[in-house]
Amino acid sequence: MDISYRWLKSLAPGLVAAPEEVAERLAMYGAPVDALVRLDAEIRDIVIARVIEARRHPNADRLSLCQVDAGTGEVLSVVCGAPNVRPGGIYPFAPVGASLPGGVTIRKAKIRGEESQGMLCSARELGLGRDHEGILELHGDFTPGESFVEAVGLDDVRIVVDVTANRPDLLSHLGIARELAPGGVAGVTLPPLPAGANSQAVVDFRAEARFETRTDAAEVGGVQITIQDPDLCLRYMGAVIRGVRVGPSPEWLATRLRAIGLRPINNVVDATNYTLHELGQPLHAFDLDRLEGPEIRVRRAAAGEAIVTLDGERRALEPGMLVIADASRPVAVAGVMGGENSEVTESTRDVLLECALFDPAATRRTRRALGLSTDASYRYERGVDPDGMETACRRAVELILSVAGGRAEPVVADVYPARLEPAVITLRPARAAHLLGVPVGAPEIVDLLTPLGFEVLEAGDAALRVRVPGHRRYDVTREVDLIEEVARRYGYDNFPDELRAYRPNTVPEDPIALLEDRLRSFLVARGFLESRTMGFAAESEGDVALVNPLSSAESRLRRALLPGLIHRLEHNFAHGQRNVRLFEIGTAFAPGPAGGLPVETTRLAVIFTGARYAAHWSEPAAPFDVWDLKGLLEDLALELGLGAGAVEPSGVEPLFIPALAFRVVAPDGTMVGEGGQVAPERVDAPAWAGSIWGLEIQLSAAMATRPTPAFHELPAFPAIERDLALLVPDQTPAAAVEATIRAAGGAHLRDIEPFDVYRGPGVPEGSRSIAYRLRFRAQDRTLTDREVDSAVGRVLHRLRDEHGVQRRG
Amino acid sequence: MTDLIDELEALEREGREAISGARDAAALEAARVRLLGRKDGRLTAILRRLGDLSPEERPRVGAAANRVKEVLTGLLEARAVEVEGGAAQAAGIDPTLPGRRPWRGARHPVTQVMDEIYAIFRSLGFTRARGPEAETDWYNFTALNTPLDHPAADMHDTFYLAPGVLLRSHTSPVQIRTMQAYRPPIRIIAPGMVYRRDPFDASHAPGFDQLEGLVVDEGVSLVDLKATLAEFARRLFGPEARVRFRPSFFPFTEPSAEVDVSCFLCGAKGCPACKGTGWMEIMGAGMVDPAVFEAVGYDPERYTGFAFGMGPGRIALQRYGIPDIRLLYESDVRFLEQFS
Repeated sequence: MDISYRWLKSLAPGLVAAPEEVAERLAMYGAPVDALVRLDAEIRDIVIARVIEARRHPNADRLSLCQVDAGTGEVLSVVCGAPNVRPGGIYPFAPVGASLPGGVTIRKAKIRGEESQGMLCSARELGLGRDHEGILELHGDFTPGESFVEAVGLDDVRIVVDVTANRPDLLSHLGIARELAPGGVAGVTLPPLPAGANSQAVVDFRAEARFETRTDAAEVGGVQITIQDPDLCLRYMGAVIRGVRVGPSPEWLATRLRAIGLRPINNVVDATNYTLHELGQPLHAFDLDRLEGPEIRVRRAAAGEAIVTLDGERRALEPGMLVIADASRPVAVAGVMGGENSEVTESTRDVLLECALFDPAATRRTRRALGLSTDASYRYERGVDPDGMETACRRAVELILSVAGGRAEPVVADVYPARLEPAVITLRPARAAHLLGVPVGAPEIVDLLTPLGFEVLEAGDAALRVRVPGHRRYDVTREVDLIEEVARRYGYDNFPDELRAYRPNTVPEDPIALLEDRLRSFLVARGFLESRTMGFAAESEGDVALVNPLSSAESRLRRALLPGLIHRLEHNFAHGQRNVRLFEIGTAFAPGPAGGLPVETTRLAVIFTGARYAAHWSEPAAPFDVWDLKGLLEDLALELGLGAGAVEPSGVEPLFIPALAFRVVAPDGTMVGEGGQVAPERVDAPAWAGSIWGLEIQLSAAMATRPTPAFHELPAFPAIERDLALLVPDQTPAAAVEATIRAAGGAHLRDIEPFDVYRGPGVPEGSRSIAYRLRFRAQDRTLTDREVDSAVGRVLHRLRDEHGVQRRG
Repeated sequence: MTDLIDELEALEREGREAISGARDAAALEAARVRLLGRKDGRLTAILRRLGDLSPEERPRVGAAANRVKEVLTGLLEARAVEVEGGAAQAAGIDPTLPGRRPWRGARHPVTQVMDEIYAIFRSLGFTRARGPEAETDWYNFTALNTPLDHPAADMHDTFYLAPGVLLRSHTSPVQIRTMQAYRPPIRIIAPGMVYRRDPFDASHAPGFDQLEGLVVDEGVSLVDLKATLAEFARRLFGPEARVRFRPSFFPFTEPSAEVDVSCFLCGAKGCPACKGTGWMEIMGAGMVDPAVFEAVGYDPERYTGFAFGMGPGRIALQRYGIPDIRLLYESDVRFLEQFS
C-alpha cells in the first residue's frame, strides 16, 4: 500500500510526526514500512515552462523545435521528441545545468543542427511513474519559472506500507490516519476538496443528496438497479451524474495519484481511484448512455457469457462468477474490473457511479479463476467497510462534480438486502490478563480501544461489551481479537520479558534427530562434507508426482537420495573438482495408499571419489577403492547397531557395478541399505574423474538406540598366535573359510585376522593364498603349545574336508 | 620420608625434561650421568639417605626410587634411538614443510546454525519433534485456522501432489501433530524442509529449512513468549543484541508478533542487509489461536501457548555473509569446505 505523506496529513491534521517517525510507529503497530521514497529528491531543479510555439524540426520529422518560456525573461529554443507537445502547453522543464533522476545533467546541445537549451520532461524521466507516452502536460494555473515540485505539491514522501492480510482497513489513507492521528478516529477528518468551477453543484448535492435504501431493487435517475444474487452482492449503491466533461484531471488530483505511483487517466476515473485510495472503497463509473435499459442487474454469469475487460482482454465467464449486467449483457466483473462496453471515454456525458460491497470469498474465487488482481479485487477479497460506503459514495460524487462538472441526481439508489449489523463482543479483562501475562483493567482497555473506533457499551470489571466498527468487522470477531488489539496498542515493547518457571515437557526427543546428529559427527570426522538438497527429482528418479511443478526436472519427489548426490557430484566435476566427498541426510518419498499421503523415509546417502587422503608431499595420492567403501559400510552398520556382519556382497544392483556392490541387512533380514562402485553409465563424469563410490541407508528409530556395550574382563593370561597361509580355490569365498576356521577353532580361538592375500609364483592357478593370523587365549590359564597345535590341526582338517583348502607349503 | 618422595618426583620431572631436551648423544650421556650416575648421580644421592629412614618407611621410598629409575632408564634408551636416527635423517628433513593431515569434513552451514539453535532450546527445556513433509491441506491450512478461500492462504504458494495433499508450506503442521499425540505441558521445536512454489533465485528457494516451536500449558502468556524468545535471541546473537517485538499477523496465532534483532552486520547503524533500519527480522511468533486448540480438541479456556517459526537458512546467509541462497543447495565442495 502506497501512502502519500501529504495526503495522510490532510486526513490527520494533528499528525506532526515526520515520515521517519510515521514509519517507526507503523512498524510498532504491525504495519511495517518497506520504503520511504522522497518524491522531490532528484527533481528540485525542474521548473514550470510554457511552450510558446512548436513547429517541426527542419531536419527531423519526429522532432519539434519549440520556443519555450521558462520564466527566465528570454525565450529558449528547445528540441523535443514527444508527439504531444503543443503551443500553449505547460510542462516540467529541465533547464541547462539541471540534473535528473539517475544522475543525468542537462547540457546545451545541438540536435540535428538546431540548438536545444534544456529538456521538456516525461513523467518517467522525473521518476513519477512509468508513463513515457509523451511529456507530462500540466493542467491548471502555473507561472513559468516557478519550481515544479512546489507548484504541483510534489514535496512529498511516498510511504510504502506492508499491510498484512487481516487488515483491509489499512488499505487506504483513512485507515492509516486512524492508526496515527492523535486521538485516533476522533482526530481524523475528511479534508474539503479544492474549490473548482463547479462548486455550486457540489454544494447542492451535499445539501440535497438522499440515499433511497431498498432490500432488492431501487431506481436512480431512471436507472433500475436490482441485486439478483444477494449472497454475493451485499450492498449496491448507484448515483447518477449528468453532463460531465471528461478530460484531464486538475493538477492537484493528478499529483496525488502520481505520488502513490498511479497514472492519471481522466477526471472521472481519477476521481474514483482517488476515493478508493483515500477511503478504501472501490468505485466504478459506467458511461450511462452505453448501459442498455438503462438498467443494472447484479447477477451470476450465465453459461457461455464473456466480457472484454478494461485491459482489452476477452474473458470467458464461468457460471457462478458475479457480474454487473445491463438489460442484456455483462458490463463488469463484479469487484474485479469493468468492461470496455460501458467504459467512460472522452465522449461520455452521463455517468452511473457504482459503490458496492461484494462477498470476499466469491471475489477471491473469481479473481483467481480469471488470473486478474486489481486494486478493487484486492480490497474486496479482504473486506470493505459497509458503514463507510455512504461517505465514500458522497465523496466520489462530489469529486466528480468538482473535477468533471455536471449535476448529480439528488437521489442515490442503495440496494441493501440484509443490513450488516456490527458485532458486539464480550471482553473479560481477567482473560486478557491471563493471556497477556500482565494485569489490564477495564479503564485501560477502554482507553486503548476507543481511539480505534471500538465503542465500549458497558465497562464492568468482569466484562466489557464492545461494539466493533465496520472497518474492523472482518478481523475482529472474537474476544481474543480484541485482546490482540489491546496488546498491540499497549505496545509489545512495554511487556516484561523475564523468564519464569515452566513445567517439564511430556514430548520425548525425536530419536531420528538424535541419530542424525550422531551420523553427522561420524561422517564429518571422516572428512565428508554435508550436502543439503531439496526433495525434487526428474520423472525417472521419482514415483510421487507434483501437480504443479516448477519445471520438468523437478516434477517428482525423489525415491532415493543417491541419484541426487550423483547430480551434485556432476556439478562439482563441472567445476574441476576431482576430490569430492559428500553426504546427505534427507527424506525419500514412495507412493502411499490411494488418496493418502506418500510414504516418507529418512535416509543417509554418501558419495565419494578421488584421493583417499589429502595430498601430502611425502607420498603419491592413492585413490579410494572398494575397501574404503566396504569399510565405511561396515563402520556405519556398527554405528547403526546392525553389527559388522550386516554388510554382504549383493551382486546385482542397477546403480552399481555388480561385482562391487554390497547390501546392508538388518538383524531381522530386511535390506536397509546398499552401496558400491557407481556404474559409469549413471554419472556424467569427465575423462579425468576417478572411480565413484556411493551408498544409501534407510534410517529408523530403532537404529537410534545402540546396544549397550557388554563389559568383558581383560585378559589375565597371554595369547598364543599362529599364522596360517592357506591356498584357497578362487570359487571359495574368504567368508566361508573364516566361518570354518571359527567353527573348528574351539572355544579358545579369539581372533581371526587375514593379513595377506597373494597370487603368483608358488600358488597354483585357480587359487590364491590368504594368510590368517589366529589368536588363542584362555581366560583362566596360559594355554600350552600342544593345546593350540591341536586346535590348528582341527582347523586345517576341516578346511581340507569342507573347502579343499590346503596349507601353503 | 615425604621429603624423599617429593625429591624423587622432582627428579622424575626434571629428568623427563632433560632427556627430551637432549639434542645429541653427548648431551644425552651428560644427562644420564647427572641423573643416574653411579657415583654422583642425583638418584644415588637420594638412595644414600635411605639409611636415615625407619625400617617401615624404607621399602616404600625404595620402591618409588626403583620406579623413577626404570622410567628414566626407559626414556634414555628411547631418546638414544631418536637422537641417532634424527642425526641420520636430519639432513633430509625440512621441518618447515607441512604436516600430514586427513581430509577435513564439515557440517552444512545451515546445520551449524540449527545445531546452535537446538542447543539453546534444549537448555530451555525443549525437545525436537518431527512431522511429514507431504501433508494434507487440513494439517497445513485448515487446522491452523487458515481457510483456503482466505487471502492468508496466499501467503504461501503451495505445491500440490493430489487434491487435498500438498508439500507442507511451513513446519506449523507439526504443532497439530504433536498436540494430537501428546498432552500438555508441551515444549517442542520442529526443524524440517518446507516447500513454496517460488522460482529458484538469489533470495528464494522452492524448498528450504524452517524451524518451528510450540509451548502449551496452563497459564502460558505473552510475557513467556517474549521472555523465551528474547533469551533465545540474546544467546544466539550475543548478549549485546537488542530484541524487538512488533505486532504482525499469522492465522494460527493471536496476538501475533515479528521478532527483530538489532542488525549484527552493521551494529544497528543501518546497512543494505537490514534495509537501513538497523533491525533484522528473525522470526514470526504469537500466542496459539483458540481456533487451533479447538481443531485438536484442547480446551482454549484451560490451555494457552505460544508458537514461533524461523528460517535457519536465512540466518546462515546473514551470519556468514552469503549473498545467494542457491549456494546453500548446490553442494559445491569449494563452498562447503569453507565451513569446516
